[in-house]
Amino acid sequence: MEALANNFQVLFQGLALGSIYALVALGFVLIIRTTNVVNFAQGDFAMLGGYLMVLFLVGMPGNPDLGLPALGLALPYWLAIVLTVVAMGVIGIAFNYGVYYPLRNRPFLPVLISTLGASIFLQNTVLAVFNPQPRPLDKLVGVDGITVGGVFLDSQYLVILAFTILAVAFQYFLFEHTLLGKKLQAVSQDKDMARLLGIPVSLMIIITFVYSAVLGGLAGVLVSPILFVSIGLGSAIALKAFAATIIGGFGDIAGAIVGGLIIGVVESFAAYYISVPYKDAYAFVFLFLVLLFRPQGIFGEKVSEKA
Amino acid sequence: MRTPDAIAVAPARAASRLPWIVLIIAVGILLPLLPYMFKTSDYVLNIFMNSVTYAMAVLGMVVVLGYTGQINLAQAAFFGFGAYSVALGTVSYGLPFWVALALGVGISGIAGVVLGLTTLRLGGHYLAMITISFQQIFDLVAVNWIELTHGPDGIAGIPRPSLFGHELSDQRAFLLFSTLVLYALIWFAWWLPGTRLGRAMRSVRDNELAAGTVGVHTLRVKVTAFTMSAVLGGIGGGLYASGFSYISPDNFNFARSIEFLTATLLGGAQSAFGGTLGTVLIVLLPEWFKDLPESLRFLTKVYLAIYGLAVILIMVFMPEGLWGLLRNAWGRVRKTAPQAVGKIVPLNFDIKVAHRTALLKLENLQKHFGGLKAVDGVDLEVMPGTVHALIGPNGSGKTTTLNVVSGIYRPTAGKVLFDGKDISLMAPHDRAGQGMGRTFQNIRLFSTMTALENVMVGGQRDNNPLQEGHDNLRHRALSALEFVGIAHRANEVVRNLPYGHQRYVEIARALAGHPTLLLLDEPGAGLNQTEKQELVGLLKRLRGHGLTIFLIDHDMGLVEKVSDKITVLNFGKKIAEGSPQDVLRHPDVIAAYLGEGPSGAAARA
Repeated sequence: MEALANNFQVLFQGLALGSIYALVALGFVLIIRTTNVVNFAQGDFAMLGGYLMVLFLVGMPGNPDLGLPALGLALPYWLAIVLTVVAMGVIGIAFNYGVYYPLRNRPFLPVLISTLGASIFLQNTVLAVFNPQPRPLDKLVGVDGITVGGVFLDSQYLVILAFTILAVAFQYFLFEHTLLGKKLQAVSQDKDMARLLGIPVSLMIIITFVYSAVLGGLAGVLVSPILFVSIGLGSAIALKAFAATIIGGFGDIAGAIVGGLIIGVVESFAAYYISVPYKDAYAFVFLFLVLLFRPQGIFGEKVSEKA
Repeated sequence: MRTPDAIAVAPARAASRLPWIVLIIAVGILLPLLPYMFKTSDYVLNIFMNSVTYAMAVLGMVVVLGYTGQINLAQAAFFGFGAYSVALGTVSYGLPFWVALALGVGISGIAGVVLGLTTLRLGGHYLAMITISFQQIFDLVAVNWIELTHGPDGIAGIPRPSLFGHELSDQRAFLLFSTLVLYALIWFAWWLPGTRLGRAMRSVRDNELAAGTVGVHTLRVKVTAFTMSAVLGGIGGGLYASGFSYISPDNFNFARSIEFLTATLLGGAQSAFGGTLGTVLIVLLPEWFKDLPESLRFLTKVYLAIYGLAVILIMVFMPEGLWGLLRNAWGRVRKTAPQAVGKIVPLNFDIKVAHRTALLKLENLQKHFGGLKAVDGVDLEVMPGTVHALIGPNGSGKTTTLNVVSGIYRPTAGKVLFDGKDISLMAPHDRAGQGMGRTFQNIRLFSTMTALENVMVGGQRDNNPLQEGHDNLRHRALSALEFVGIAHRANEVVRNLPYGHQRYVEIARALAGHPTLLLLDEPGAGLNQTEKQELVGLLKRLRGHGLTIFLIDHDMGLVEKVSDKITVLNFGKKIAEGSPQDVLRHPDVIAAYLGEGPSGAAARA
């Protein structure tokens, strides 16, 4: 009985962690679909989300080398979240203009490398402003959690699961039932044609970047109370989120969510039953296996380039 | 063609390069001797050693990223394989240095093959992701598997080898040796692009789909490039371990891979010299920061952030890196006259007309995309020595048919028979290897290569009845260019050629491979009337040499002038077939093109 409860405990944690991967993967997929670019800084949006919360709730330590003064802040939690969302939106716009827009007419490789550069830039800029010490973040709700049938359900994990369901529902509604969603889809399928039909393509791409930056930032806000806020937070999540998009089928929204959940569960069980230090390796080993046996992913179709 | 000695070949390299060669050699000799001539501290020697070994890894990046266009974000892991093999082999297992180094290079290479084979089929984004994951796993193992790797403490006391009885234990001597190895590797990386393999790599980079269609085994080329990159990284790592006598996991982490990438991009990914230049700058940059005035000293604290910013700026403002800037500046100062190409022999077609059975046969061919039946049960025979046209309104399935014939798509059902052989499931490069040449509606050339190089890639197909050797291939390519009338522009980069000439380069690229069947996808698209008349002349000459041509075009005038037989498709089905006169007046065909209104019915009556 206890073993069964343990397994449920591990499964629950895996699903919650997997939802975070799924959230970041959703941001990935959106950008892939509108711009054909894999944004390697997607995870750093989560990292920024975490640090913005720390900034608004606690402040920053200051860095005399850079002439940055220490700053103490203690805003209410809800206000911190609102400000973080706004800041992430601004960062999304800046990202569009600084990283994607100048390279929009170039092949995918320069853009990919550019987003990689952005990732390094963001991580090290935050490192200079804060310091390498990981920081704790309070949970969204004051309750620690509830126990159901011997399984402890951590409140933050429950919040994460709930938010993921909301985000997925919102995204589905946006794409399937709104004009904006249709325009975004049109841009992702054929930019030239969309432009000819009078859709403001550049604006649609900005919206995509803003949306995925906010989504990534919120994922960071939600996961930080569990994993601590650190510089590497984003890249660890992003790699697994990207693995999730591949496992699910490249560019497929449902696939990204299922892929994220699978990776979270695989990772929790492997860490529980095999060994903890290699926790981060299991997702990749699993990914290798998927690529070997089903390279198009779970929901993907085999595609070939049009001549 | 078979007597290349009859051709007067122009000197490949102009004499004006001589001073440069002398300069490069002089600098090359002087650099490694500097530590012997001046008193240098260990610190400075270490910087030299860093530059030299890192440059080897960066040369690997030049091959895989610069030449082949495939990203590798795990170069530090391959560097690490070399380093750990030398360190563990000599320290833990008492192997001689050379054995340990060979093992390290071998392990790097095998890791490269395995990683390449699993991911290179899938293309760029996957490769970026998988190589990062691989790098992370390497890092985790190096830190956590303490029994094997000694963990975060690293491995100390790595010995230096002796070579032909010379002890290289002195740091300067080992540096000299490593520098000589680096020179050999730079030479290799400089020589590679002009070889058969190098051209194949560049063709994959410039247009992978076209490369496959003209006969390049794209997966093999990519895996080879990836493996070479891994091996070069392994060599660098092996020498690094011995050079510093101590290694630890943080020398081989993701940040180091990014450093290699940045060095490659900064110097210029497409050049061995550029990559080396970039490495030296990346190694020296942090040193220079230390000498900055007080007000700028903060830069040392954020230099990794500056790396990141630099990567973006390089991608935006100098995609060819510093070396590209230097070369372009030099090109503007000295305008070199186009090189003469020498005497050219007429193109030999080598077509053996023996049988009267169909050269290309489609049996009930079908290609569906989901519910869309783009090609829906087409039977068709292309007889040898004829020009056969496939026409039909937009969306009737013409290009899809051609794509199934050349192997870009697999048929949903039905067969493609080429010279009696079922090739329905054959890869595009194997079809080219059987003698099938093709051009594309939207021109697909290798845009950064010269016209001559483009055509040489076409001549490199498997089974091309051509004698071995660079000169034979070059002469074949020149003959093909001469046949289409643009040999005088052979040494120009194709993206600078006018549109009409680019079409001809594409045809010449197919001709260089001695095709028995030529597939032309709208060869007349985008040409003006004069150019179209030239094209008609060219097609008639090709037919006169016995070449079989299967073409698509919308220009009925052109089709009528050149074709022996026309097949008409509509909604994926064949609606008419026969001689141009009959088919173009066929009421169903007229209806398909003009729609069937009252006037259509009148025409029919």
